[in-house]
Amino acid sequence: MTRFRKRKKTVIVSFAEHESDILANLLRNLVELLYDGMPPRESMSSDPLAELLDNDGPTSPPEDVVLQRLLPDAYKTDDHASAEFRRFTERGLRDGKVSDAKRVLAALEESSSVDDGIVLEPDDQLRWLRALNDLRLAIGTRLDIKEEDDYGVWEKLPDDDPRRLTYDLYDWLGYLQSALLHNIR
Amino acid sequence: MTTAPSELESPEVDEAIELSPPWVTIVWNDPVNLMDYVTFVFQTYFGYSKEKSEKLMMQVHKEGKSAVSNGNREAMERDVEAMHSYGLWATCEKS
Repeated sequence: MTRFRKRKKTVIVSFAEHESDILANLLRNLVELLYDGMPPRESMSSDPLAELLDNDGPTSPPEDVVLQRLLPDAYKTDDHASAEFRRFTERGLRDGKVSDAKRVLAALEESSSVDDGIVLEPDDQLRWLRALNDLRLAIGTRLDIKEEDDYGVWEKLPDDDPRRLTYDLYDWLGYLQSALLHNIR
Repeated sequence: MTTAPSELESPEVDEAIELSPPWVTIVWNDPVNLMDYVTFVFQTYFGYSKEKSEKLMMQVHKEGKSAVSNGNREAMERDVEAMHSYGLWATCEKS
């Protein structure tokens, strides 16, 4: 069972080993998805000036629905402005999300040998909250959870429903985020 | 030395600039983000009080959206980018 405890400004989180593995796998999938079709910037040095100006990003929304949710349009009704916004910001946003996920991954990997929990400094706490949120957005989008959904329906999915396991993960991530927030405040 | 103009021209005012409304950042409701997290983001990123942040969060939750900041277009694009980095669904528009 995952436990959180507070020590001054830090929060200490302890995972059961299988929980830590599950979270790490989800994060690896997220990193892979964020780099899908858009490799990390380090490997693209074809146009150093564009890289410097940070304006070499894509101008159309990603095809994947999860990426569309993680990287939404910045304008509701102005496609041109949305495209320009994307060109200047999408790479940075992807990099930031990958960097948050990797920070959590690194902490999970380091902690696997010791048993006294992972110490989260304030900056880690913020990155963990964002990474957990991105995972919830990714899974919630894949499950197609809707605002008007009656949550009882999700909670009572039969065990043989193919969405059951995924929903349990989603629920667990919500618990983690909520517990971490509770210990920060 | 020059003579005074016989008729004073009225100064030209760029009405487009003077009257242009400030831009706003809108945060939209979504079925995934936890209410506590949304409040936390408003407190952390904008530096709003807990009360103000909760009020904005409830507005997003109940009315479907809330204007969470206003200013010039560049500033609003920065806020939208920050909201996206936190996973909130945000857009900017003229108010």
